[in-house]
Amino acid sequence: MPEGSATIPAPVLERLHLSTQPDYVDGPVRAFAVATVFWGLAGFAAGLFIALQLAFPALNLGLEWTTFGRLRPLHTSAVIFAFGGNALLFSSLYIVQRTCRARLFGGEDAGWFLFGGYNLFIVVAATGYLLGITQGKEYAEPEWYADLWLAVVWIAYLVVFGGTILRRTEPHIYVANWFFLSFIITIAMLHIGNNVVLPVGLSSRSYTFAAGVQDAMIQWWYGHNAVGFFLTSGFLGMMYYFIPKQADRPIYSYRLSIVHFWSLTFLYIWAGPHHLHYTALPDWAQTLGMVFSIMLWMPSWGGMINGLMTLSGAWDKLRTDPALRFSVAAVGFYGMATFEGPVMSIRAVNALSHYTDWTIGHVHSGALGWNGFIIFGALYWIVPKLWNKPGLYSTRLVSWHFWLASLGIVLYAAAMWVAGIMQGLMWRAYDSLGFLQYSFVESVAAMHPYYVIRAGGGVLYLAGAVLMAVNLWRTIAASAASAVPATLRAA
Amino acid sequence: MSTTHKPGAHGAQKDGDNTTGHEWDGIRELNTPLPTWWLYVFYATIAFALVWVLLYPAFPGTGWNGLLGRTARTDIAEQLAADRAQNEPVLARLRGMTPAAIIADPELRDFALAGGRVAFGNNCAGCHGAGGQGAPGFPSLADDEWLWGGKLADIQHSIEHGIRAPDDENTRMNQMPRFLADGMLTQAQVNDVAEHVLSLSGRAGNAVAAGRGAAVFAENCAACHGEQGQGNQEMGAPALNDAIWLYGGDKAAVVRSVSFSRAGVMPAWATRLDPATIRMLVVYLHALGGTQE
Repeated sequence: MPEGSATIPAPVLERLHLSTQPDYVDGPVRAFAVATVFWGLAGFAAGLFIALQLAFPALNLGLEWTTFGRLRPLHTSAVIFAFGGNALLFSSLYIVQRTCRARLFGGEDAGWFLFGGYNLFIVVAATGYLLGITQGKEYAEPEWYADLWLAVVWIAYLVVFGGTILRRTEPHIYVANWFFLSFIITIAMLHIGNNVVLPVGLSSRSYTFAAGVQDAMIQWWYGHNAVGFFLTSGFLGMMYYFIPKQADRPIYSYRLSIVHFWSLTFLYIWAGPHHLHYTALPDWAQTLGMVFSIMLWMPSWGGMINGLMTLSGAWDKLRTDPALRFSVAAVGFYGMATFEGPVMSIRAVNALSHYTDWTIGHVHSGALGWNGFIIFGALYWIVPKLWNKPGLYSTRLVSWHFWLASLGIVLYAAAMWVAGIMQGLMWRAYDSLGFLQYSFVESVAAMHPYYVIRAGGGVLYLAGAVLMAVNLWRTIAASAASAVPATLRAA
Repeated sequence: MSTTHKPGAHGAQKDGDNTTGHEWDGIRELNTPLPTWWLYVFYATIAFALVWVLLYPAFPGTGWNGLLGRTARTDIAEQLAADRAQNEPVLARLRGMTPAAIIADPELRDFALAGGRVAFGNNCAGCHGAGGQGAPGFPSLADDEWLWGGKLADIQHSIEHGIRAPDDENTRMNQMPRFLADGMLTQAQVNDVAEHVLSLSGRAGNAVAAGRGAAVFAENCAACHGEQGQGNQEMGAPALNDAIWLYGGDKAAVVRSVSFSRAGVMPAWATRLDPATIRMLVVYLHALGGTQE
């Protein structure tokens, strides 16, 4: 109510805040939050299972539907698009309404359409993976019929989100919304650009518009920026809301947020060719992919600095608020992964790391640490608010979740670093006569102990998520009277 | 980098330092300048990028490969050349020698054993196992039994031309009939002959059936597998009187083999591997399995 704010004294306005706020659309936001937890559990379980398949191949079960090749995209999509995507949707729809002080454009109906439409896409895509229907493009496996539907839903998302920003009653657009908007627009562009295909009649198969190395380049332009805009920009949007909220501190630097937003957005889109070092891709494209990745280092770290330094004066909260611990640790993992990424993009380093489990470790320190932890922190903060509860069922369980998940990541990342560097070194080792020291199968056999350790990390991470599901369920199920404020339950 | 926003009044009141004056849902933001170290490292990465694009190929359509003139192609060409410079003289000698001559030269023998081990790991181990121990359907190469002969020349022929390789005229070729499927034997006869085959390797079963099966064996099997089931390497007919079974030695597996036959395939490697590599493989395999001179 901007007109009112001129006449009503600020303290009064602050007290009236709840009653003067618009009628926010929260039903679909609650549904997205529940779906986030559900898909998280499904995605982590699938990941654990395929990790065990790599250690114990008999678990492929001799059935085409349960082989690693089909379950692997099921895992990656469940985690990135189902778990991460539903988290981006619950947080962006919640945040854009609050920070614009405006009801969601399109209201309840639009919100429910997005929820139903997006999750329908996930189910359709998942069935395709199990049946062996795939474009063979990493992170873009769904075939044309699923892609078309996602394009419709995604453009609706853009309209709903953009429409809410346009009807804002705040004079400025909050930084979280810049990131969300860049994420939504860029993903629309990438998704459509990478899926220009000609279906073979009305079958579930299609041919891509581009062929050969051009197709590979488009795929990794998409693939790298799916990481850049889906898992980075969108999640920075979450970070920019939940960390200042949880810490109750102002954002560290407005200027830094502007500079790192534009530099990140401009630089990220060119970095894709670093996925194609030493391939048929022309050298000039490889060089540019590498140098843009190097330049990305500081723009990425701008977000980490803004997240961490926002805690200035509130570091003590880490002792008492394990949910905030998740958010802050997430930013730490983000910093690690965005340093490791540019290092791995250097061609000489990539010559060692590419095609090894180092890449898997890199992706997972980002996905488990940065994306997972930001989502956990956000869920612990938002669920009591969305269901109107005084606090969580148990902060002690949050603490258990935090340590289980952290230990799980340490096991995972350490095992994959060792495994990956070992693979890279074994593949390039020569004996004194000039012959390769090891055959490929010997490097496969040498991976077994690390694959077992990695699966152990997965067990811990999944166990933590189960605790979270229980905790959130008990929080939601608790009657208003029996719910005890979180501070009284602190371990 | 400067900003047009002046520190806001109520922000300044609350924090004692500058905020932008914006507020969203209770979130405010400080107007802290960019961290100096951050800015300088950012500039440094940009400078690094500018230098790098001058050193390496970065300008499409110009054909200019940068000041260093190095591309992925020159890299690989150099490495291959270095590799060739080290080993090509020896490999060239190997190409002109028989495996027997290679084994006679201790230095070349060591070289061939080392090279053969790697070539085996990258080309053969997928089916025959990392140590040549074999797997169901893929014969062990580390024992004394050879299907097509274990002499150096036999091994070389098997590798070069493959087993039942469809694209090689000189491939090792045989075809055991599908005795049940093609109506040559009845189910009862198949059962009897299987009992007889088990008895050849000293396994007691149904002695009466085995007795009946002896006649069936003599009539249908002995021509290739031998009177006593001792096998025939000329024809690639495996011995049936020992404990080594390519497709399993229990009764069900034997019944299946008699009924429907088996016909494993190995590619012809002469068109896939360098002649020197094939000779190294022969030397390696000859040392790996029970040798036949």
